[in-house]
Amino acid sequence: MFLAAFSAVAITLAIVFILFYESLAFFEHVSIFEFLTSTQWSPLFENPQYGILPLVAGTLVTSAVALLVAVPIGSIIAIYLSEFAPHKVREVVKPFLELLASVPTVVFGYFALMVVTPMLQTFMPELPGFNMLGPGIVIGIMIIPYIASLSEDAMRAVPMAMREGSYAMGATRFQTAVRVISPAAISGIIAAYILAMSRAIGETMVVAIAAGQQPNFTFNPTEAAATITAYIVQVAMGDLPHGSIGYQSIFAAGLVLFLMTLAFNILGHMARQRFREVY
Amino acid sequence: MELSEAQVKAAVPLKAEVNDLNFYYGKVQALKSINMPIAEKQVTALIGPSGCGKSTFLRCFNRMHDLYPNNRYEGEIVLHPDNTNIISRKVDPMEVRMRISMVFQKPNPFPKSIYENVAYGLRVRGMRNKRDLDAKVEEALRGAALWNEVKDRLKDMAFNLSGGQQQRLCIARALAIDPELVLFDEPTSALDPIATASIEELVTELKEKVTILIVTHNMQQAARVSVYTAYMYIGNLIEFGDTTSVFTNPKRKETEDYITGRFG
Repeated sequence: MFLAAFSAVAITLAIVFILFYESLAFFEHVSIFEFLTSTQWSPLFENPQYGILPLVAGTLVTSAVALLVAVPIGSIIAIYLSEFAPHKVREVVKPFLELLASVPTVVFGYFALMVVTPMLQTFMPELPGFNMLGPGIVIGIMIIPYIASLSEDAMRAVPMAMREGSYAMGATRFQTAVRVISPAAISGIIAAYILAMSRAIGETMVVAIAAGQQPNFTFNPTEAAATITAYIVQVAMGDLPHGSIGYQSIFAAGLVLFLMTLAFNILGHMARQRFREVY
Repeated sequence: MELSEAQVKAAVPLKAEVNDLNFYYGKVQALKSINMPIAEKQVTALIGPSGCGKSTFLRCFNRMHDLYPNNRYEGEIVLHPDNTNIISRKVDPMEVRMRISMVFQKPNPFPKSIYENVAYGLRVRGMRNKRDLDAKVEEALRGAALWNEVKDRLKDMAFNLSGGQQQRLCIARALAIDPELVLFDEPTSALDPIATASIEELVTELKEKVTILIVTHNMQQAARVSVYTAYMYIGNLIEFGDTTSVFTNPKRKETEDYITGRFG
């Protein structure tokens, strides 16, 4: 048992080590300053530029769109399932939600490219075939189950005494759900949001397929762009000689991605500490 | 002075009357044709062994049973002065709870500040004006003998209070809405003796302003705080009368056995 637990730690450490090691090799050729400030990312061109910002921007835009879709919808579903839905409805809806989480992401990618983007184009005719809005929305749909299911678990874990206290004061169901149960479950709900956000940032397939793989420094979701993950998959699938700068660049990009999710996880952890409630 | 059920009804102003109340959890009958007067601005205690239905009875008064499926009331609980049958299906439970508030067995403050806990019932009723809220919150906290301890930390989370303070906060919360009747469901069972003493003192003072119905498994407590006592056993009301005579001169053998500690 100790070995099993240890192996998980060891594998994580090994991954982080390799990320750092290969990134170091990368930063021997490219200055960190250029990497963090240049707004051009074109490692495979004749005159390569290594500025991570376009990829970071692409990642942030698609994730932000996803969260704008998933947080309200997921939270409303959670409140409905936990506080309003009759037992039978919950028994039916929850498995369906969890089924949605098990659809392969490549299916979602084609769904973004073939369904959502054309639908958006009907009322946004200017929208190019590859853009960040469509995949962002689809990632949002994809992470709804995480938010809904985990938030619902957190809300249901709030003791019945809390609900009774609120109802006994003459509160309606809605007032109880919004003013008492949600604040009581806030640490679990924030954990759900953070997990969903990490999932959105790390999502690869949907953006690789439907966002167009051109690094583009923009915060406009209607433009095409690449994300960190999309770049990694694009380069990793091409034939790159081991040890070349292009090869090493994906480790540097991976390191940035790792640090981003790590930062959000730490933020989430801090938020949970801050809002933690003891019943 | 000994007062029977009928004599209480005739002699003192009543806040509520329970007429032939039956209550069912699904198919199981938990309360069996209970008749009982609730005297206005007095403390009425409900005693009896665990599972005798005293909490079930109490929770009929604010329709708590409506939160769970398959529960059914029969009979009447008539609330004076307007003679509303508060367990009638035609009466909205929310309206009942606007008039009758409750203090629970374990302190259950909301995950909010001390101030917002007390203001909750007022906000639920749509009160917005800051000055009115401030005044009401202060009045309720004073009423619950908590004001002096918390007046400088109203913005603190309620969970930072001690157990006894939390329970007094819940009492303040229940008082803030100017209820006609306050239900106490074993309010001291989770508290230490000192906190218990302060809550008991509070309950005795509160009867100046409001009618109180209190469930307790502690007979000394019933004797200390109440004016009327009802002894219940497996869903039946065995004996009702003024507290002194129920404790010193019970009319029924079962009551005597319970009170003298022969069982229960």
